[in-house]
Amino acid sequence: MSKTHQHEQISIVMAGHVDHGKSTVIGRLLAETGALPQGKLEQIRAQCRRNAKPFEYAFLLDALKDEQAQGITIDVARCFFKTAQRRYILIDAPGHIEFLKNMITGASRAEAALLVIDAKEGIRENTKRHGYMMSMLGLRQLTVLVNKMDLVNYDEAVFERLRKDYTEFLERLQIHPVSFIPVSGMQGDNIAADTGAMPWYKGPTVLEQIDRFQTSRFPDTLPFRLPVQDIYKFTEQDDDRRIVAGTIETGSIAVGDAVVFQPSGKSSRIRSIEYFNGPAKIRAAAGEAPGFTLDTQLYIKPGEWMVRADEPAPQVGTRLRVNLFWMNRAPMIRGKTYKLKLGALRSTVKLVEILAVLDAAEIGVDSAKQQVDRHDVAEVILETPKPVAFDLIGDIEQTGRLVIVDNFEIAGAGIILAKAETVATTVETPLLHPVGAHGNTSKFAVSIIALTGVDNPDSPVLKRLNSQNAIVTMRTTVEGGGEPASLETVFKLLKQQGFILDYQI
Amino acid sequence: MNSLDRLEAHSVHILREAYREFKSLVMLWSIGKDSTVLLWLARKAFFGHVPFPLMHVDTHFKVPEMITYRDQLALQWHLDMIVGENTPALAAKQTYPDGALSRVECCKSLKSEALKHSLDGTWPRRRMDHTLGCLVDEAKPEAFTGVIVGVRADEEGSRSKERTFSARDCQNEWDVGDQPPELWKQYKTDFAPGTHVRVHPLLDWTELNIWEYIDRESIPIIPLYFDQGKGRRYRSLGCSPCTTPVDSTAKNVTDIIAELRGGKFANIAERSGREQDKEDGGGLETLRRGGYM
Ligand SMILES: Nc1nc2c(ncn2[C@@H]2O[C@H](COP(=O)(O)OP(=O)(O)OP(=O)(O)O)[C@@H](O)[C@H]2O)c(=O)[nH]1
Ligand SMILES: [Mg+2]
Repeated sequence: MSKTHQHEQISIVMAGHVDHGKSTVIGRLLAETGALPQGKLEQIRAQCRRNAKPFEYAFLLDALKDEQAQGITIDVARCFFKTAQRRYILIDAPGHIEFLKNMITGASRAEAALLVIDAKEGIRENTKRHGYMMSMLGLRQLTVLVNKMDLVNYDEAVFERLRKDYTEFLERLQIHPVSFIPVSGMQGDNIAADTGAMPWYKGPTVLEQIDRFQTSRFPDTLPFRLPVQDIYKFTEQDDDRRIVAGTIETGSIAVGDAVVFQPSGKSSRIRSIEYFNGPAKIRAAAGEAPGFTLDTQLYIKPGEWMVRADEPAPQVGTRLRVNLFWMNRAPMIRGKTYKLKLGALRSTVKLVEILAVLDAAEIGVDSAKQQVDRHDVAEVILETPKPVAFDLIGDIEQTGRLVIVDNFEIAGAGIILAKAETVATTVETPLLHPVGAHGNTSKFAVSIIALTGVDNPDSPVLKRLNSQNAIVTMRTTVEGGGEPASLETVFKLLKQQGFILDYQI
Repeated sequence: MNSLDRLEAHSVHILREAYREFKSLVMLWSIGKDSTVLLWLARKAFFGHVPFPLMHVDTHFKVPEMITYRDQLALQWHLDMIVGENTPALAAKQTYPDGALSRVECCKSLKSEALKHSLDGTWPRRRMDHTLGCLVDEAKPEAFTGVIVGVRADEEGSRSKERTFSARDCQNEWDVGDQPPELWKQYKTDFAPGTHVRVHPLLDWTELNIWEYIDRESIPIIPLYFDQGKGRRYRSLGCSPCTTPVDSTAKNVTDIIAELRGGKFANIAERSGREQDKEDGGGLETLRRGGYM
């Protein structure tokens, strides 16, 4: 093992439809790279003989009794192995829809994915659904394994057709696969070695491919974001430090930097960076979990974001437009109070609007649906009772994510697309011409109830509407009393300003 | 950050999450290398402090050096240490070494049962008194709802499927097929009354990572892991009747790392010296469903 990569480790998840051969491929890989403990293969073979079952490489992974009995992966398994290059954690995920939340658990930890498609069965429902989940999880480094090539006579045409079809599908999700490899997990073709079964294929084996995957770098060039996990004051042994602790999501910070806590808006300066049993630190960056003492004694609460004063601030608001994936058996419904976890923040939250429900397998849209069912992906508006701080997924991925807890379980996971405005935005003439009896100086207070289609609305929102294709729901009042302008009037005036309006009340 | 830095930061995050979410939290300390690394990580997370008690389940069949080492470290690091045991079973000689039980039954009784009742506070426990420098009976044993455990996914099959935060119901049962999702550093931290939670900060660590970290941080480790000149050492520490030392001349941490990286143990399972695993078809699943760690 070369010195430089000695400590490099990368996590890779297996994805794909049920029975397409994920566990078999990993089992093969482990067996052929000598990663198995001595006697393990023999033990499984003997066990299969005892139970009068054909030997399966998958049993190396499917360790649970129920899994072996049913020949199916139920839960994700982590396994560890190494190549001459570096160390790996391979995450074997289940393909059955029933265990989708387990697949998500596995995929969310991974830096790259191997998606397996059965050459004979072709693209199936979860082949697509898993692709969609990966795009939502932000997992973009993907190689597709076309498996069971032995069942289609190692036919190049079958491989090429699947490559073309699945590439088209992934492109709709903005995923550009790194490569496609024709393999047979059962026969060991193109897994750890090129067996010569497919002379027409010139690319890497699975083993060569995974060595080429890039480890994810910590995003230390993005704006600094620290979710404040806790504030500690341990007085034992005369310790008088008051330490703000958390894991840095993005960016970097140094002693002396001015910081702001969001959403409270309180500010201070970094006095010291605390780290037990290590040299004194003057800088810390993404991925690290140190502590900070501040120049001033602020009262802040766990759940706030500590950000740098000299960098772009996060969004603060009560309404979030979110692309949400639902995992619980009970559907997500409007009006019910759920728990929101966003970074270190915990808050109550309500679903106030369902904008569209997508079928993640077909990527079809159902905009009439009134609840979010298990395994649906929906675009929704969530509302918190008090303002919360967050980033948009398009700005900072790591801090634009949230989960929803229902009945003690993590039931939904979402990415934040936009801030939906509620704050009354005062729009002055000349944007809107005066109406009613108030002459040239009157102002409309237009409160936007819901705003969709705009990914990054700056305030005042209306300024940006010109160039965006947006749906706005609004309410108007006129300052200083008098008759509020009718919606018709406002729309007419907006139209005169060049807005294209989809008129709805 | 290298992979040890990443593992450390990840475990620290989990420990802080557990400390934030659970009112009555305890960390299990078996004195072995993994739970001692875990203890060290707690000192990392809380800047030199360990703000929750540690629990040790004494089976009375541990190698005697383990107990001496345990008490020394507890005093030196100001650890709030609690010791529990299955007193009735020990008194009645209902154990495997006494010939009364199978290995698996003995594990259930001296470890799983003792642990369960020490955690829920229904059996008497002892606690380290730092002014007296010894263990004293605990006046009012409280129940713990969060338990931090140093299991690693690479140890055996069922552990490879553990969640970081894992609920056990009041029977201590583990529903392996229906575990909560974990993503984006968000874990299951909400629980119905009557359930308790196991927190596993070491799942992503391998045996090799553990030794590399012990080396890097100079963590004091019990010398039973090293060859004292007889060409034998313990690779995994359990009860002496059920744990056999392995043949090895590794005399220090550096030797052990070399042995694991490329040497004789690179492909031999760590728990191969643990006899109770073999009674369970190598899976440990039955024991673990019933509350074994
Ligand atoms: N002929 C042939 N059969 C294969 C190949 N790979 C896997 N299989 C068989 O396909 C079946 C399913 O394989 P698994 O590896 O368990 O599939 P999986 O994708 O892990 O399934 P889940 O985890 O349950 O979603 C097993 O019976 C394997 O023996 C292959 O390359 N060729
Ligand atoms: Mg499988």
